[in-house]
Amino acid sequence: MKFSQGLIILIIALLHMACQEASESPWTEDWKEEGEQFSGGDATISDESVNAFGHAAPNLTGDKDLQFVTGNSFFKRNWVTAPASTEDLDGLGPLFNARSCSSCHDLDGRGAPPLSPDEQPVSLLFRLSKPSPDIAWETIPDEHYGEQLNTLAILGIKPEGDVSVSYQEISGTYADGETYSLRKPNYAFKNLKYGAFSHDMMVSPRIAPQMIGLGLLEAIDEATLQSFADPDDANGDGISGRINYVEDRITQKKSIGRLGWKANQPSVRQQIASAFRGDIGITSSLFPEQPCASQDEDCLQSISGGEPELTEDILDRVTLYSETLAVPIRRNWNDAVVLQGKSLFNQSGCTSCHIATIKTGIHPDYPEFSDQTIHPYTDLLLHDMGEGLADGRPDGEASGTEWKTPPLWGIGLMHVVSGHTFLLHDGRARNMEEAILWHGGEAQKSQQAFVNMSKTEREAVLKFLESL
Amino acid sequence: MKNFSFLLLLLIFFFSACEDDETPDNPNEATLQNAVNHYAELVHANYEDAHADAVLLKAKVDALVANPSENTLTEAKNAWLAAREPYGQTEAYRFYGGPIDDEDGPEGQLNAWPLDESYIDYVNTTTNAGEVPDGTNIINSLAEFPEITKGVIASLNENGSETNVSSGYHAVEFLLWGQDLSSGPGGGERPYTDYVTDGNGTNANQERRGTYLKEVTQLIVDDLQSLVDEWAPGGAFRTSFTADEELDNSLSNIVSGLGKLSKGELAGERMYVALDLVSKEDEHSCFSDNTHRDIVNNALGIQNVYLGRYKKTDGSTLSGTGIYDVLKLEDTVLADEIKTKMEASVAASQAIQAPFDQEILAEPGKTRIRTAINLLREQGDLLAEAASVLGFTFDPDDI
Repeated sequence: MKFSQGLIILIIALLHMACQEASESPWTEDWKEEGEQFSGGDATISDESVNAFGHAAPNLTGDKDLQFVTGNSFFKRNWVTAPASTEDLDGLGPLFNARSCSSCHDLDGRGAPPLSPDEQPVSLLFRLSKPSPDIAWETIPDEHYGEQLNTLAILGIKPEGDVSVSYQEISGTYADGETYSLRKPNYAFKNLKYGAFSHDMMVSPRIAPQMIGLGLLEAIDEATLQSFADPDDANGDGISGRINYVEDRITQKKSIGRLGWKANQPSVRQQIASAFRGDIGITSSLFPEQPCASQDEDCLQSISGGEPELTEDILDRVTLYSETLAVPIRRNWNDAVVLQGKSLFNQSGCTSCHIATIKTGIHPDYPEFSDQTIHPYTDLLLHDMGEGLADGRPDGEASGTEWKTPPLWGIGLMHVVSGHTFLLHDGRARNMEEAILWHGGEAQKSQQAFVNMSKTEREAVLKFLESL
Repeated sequence: MKNFSFLLLLLIFFFSACEDDETPDNPNEATLQNAVNHYAELVHANYEDAHADAVLLKAKVDALVANPSENTLTEAKNAWLAAREPYGQTEAYRFYGGPIDDEDGPEGQLNAWPLDESYIDYVNTTTNAGEVPDGTNIINSLAEFPEITKGVIASLNENGSETNVSSGYHAVEFLLWGQDLSSGPGGGERPYTDYVTDGNGTNANQERRGTYLKEVTQLIVDDLQSLVDEWAPGGAFRTSFTADEELDNSLSNIVSGLGKLSKGELAGERMYVALDLVSKEDEHSCFSDNTHRDIVNNALGIQNVYLGRYKKTDGSTLSGTGIYDVLKLEDTVLADEIKTKMEASVAASQAIQAPFDQEILAEPGKTRIRTAINLLREQGDLLAEAASVLGFTFDPDDI
């Protein structure tokens, strides 16, 4: 009798515990912030599936959710050679890297580098430029290859060349003695249409990033970004975030660059129009000139799909689509290990650049994105990331060693959506751990902090990143 | 003993307390098995019709190429239009990675759009420099494409970073009707003389054009045969699809396919996009102006599966247990609501007048299209609701 009662109580206690979430230690509790799981504020979506990056912000009003459908359609559709009966969808090339936006941003996710030297890159492209002969620090497009290597072309036009990507392993050691290996990329350009690149050609590899939360990033006030900036490192923390001021083709003024690996685009609209021209060969009101280099004769003489090829309506819809993709909600955000990782991430100085919480300002087109408390883990500023990651190619005011802090929201779902974990601007990092270890320059101190952590601590940091 | 029962009760209480939500009882197993079996039967019958019509189309195409005339061209066009009827209904079997659109499924080769027409054959144009184009396309580039076979066409359809659409129904449509250059009503106007090889034909390379047409049509026949085989009694896919342990999963696939075709694909991609941008020739069958039938057949295909009935090409009707019957066991009201909604959406689709590219331009056509869009969207949402009643979830926008 007594035994049974004791057993019952024990079972009740055990089952009760199983129903509860893991108990939390008090110090990790301090790192818990109510609401931090809603990375995109009211534009956060709850989905952990392969489609986690593909939803419209749930708070869109009016007809915007239907216009999102149209934008999504044009994001996925293949552009065809001009002329075609479907006249709004022709004008591909003459030179191009892809036939649709989604061939690189599949499911609105992140592209991957080729897996072998024989495989041609699809979602990894190469920006090209040369030093200006007139003005120091300025760059100009190459007279034969333009601003980007186009690996594909329409029939009758020769593509610009092929790329072979290979890697060299570099080993390193953690403070606790565990070893790691990083891979440094090497690019060999072959079958080049106008022969080998000139000796002063500057080449910058760029992988297609995920598309989420871009309208929210647009909604961050200039004053807020300026408050993050510390170009002369006045506070002496070794970190000197800089704003990239770039040409805004809409306002015809210098504006703050927010998008792109070097923050070289001021708005989603300009980013979209630039990618349409550079990557698919579709001209638009913002970029009316065909993507042909000044001395690329067969490119210059080919057929256009209209002047410009991209109708303003389609640019509107694809821009709306790209601005309104929701940010997925965090998973396990209040898990004890995740909170421990969060504290280590903060204490190692990572959040100096990967800023966790920002209040957006007023978005001119989307009241939905105004005054939102968001958790993008970026400052949108340029930072010197050291020689290891440098591309040596200036872009606007960004130097050859600077990169923009990429937002980290959603990266924990990247492997679900995109089926891989390749990170950094060229996909060299095979996972989050390698991405951290590549950090140099202003981020060297944080990288060292990670190297000096115990294995348990390192795993907690990674667990935290996976919860984003 | 008393204590033991108490313990058991407690255990049950606590285990049920741990569950996230209530999962509904499975629908009557026998009804579910019958419905999945009948679905397979229906899919098979539909693909058999599509295949038979494609074989007829191939015969008419052969006749056109052997003896080009106004008459043989018209007969080939009529055979194409007839072949689209059963095929359009088969699209209700897409969007769950079945034989039609799994990793190596033929969907992209059969029905992809928009067509890269100037990659296939001549088109009417001038270059930026004001010159007549040099004929760089598969049919007219002898040096680059010395031989035109279905194998070559299939491999070129995958040229580039992804598909370069040069095969399928719309390639045949283009080769029969030609470019739609009209700004008003009217489709393409390709002359039969494009296939005349005795020296009096129009536009160069008539023989190669005929070869392309025959080979690309044969590719459709082959692809449809592979689908008929997968769904035939004892066929590889059908066997696993109807297996006892797969029934719940198959039900989920069937219903999500209907919802996604209804809302995301048909109402969204195929209708709203064209209406939204009033985009010329932003329609599936732009060369033949047959888009209005594509819409009706898609809507009908959804209703076929839901009701478990299919009207075959020979006029007979195949009927049996449908999704309606399965859902009715769980929620009669919802089952009937969906049934009524489908009657309305099919009727609204039939009310859209041809040609679609004129219907999108002005009232009352725009309202007719908008009505069908709204019904198909609501229908997709109702099917998602049905899914949660049946114990699973899907997003009808996610295509």
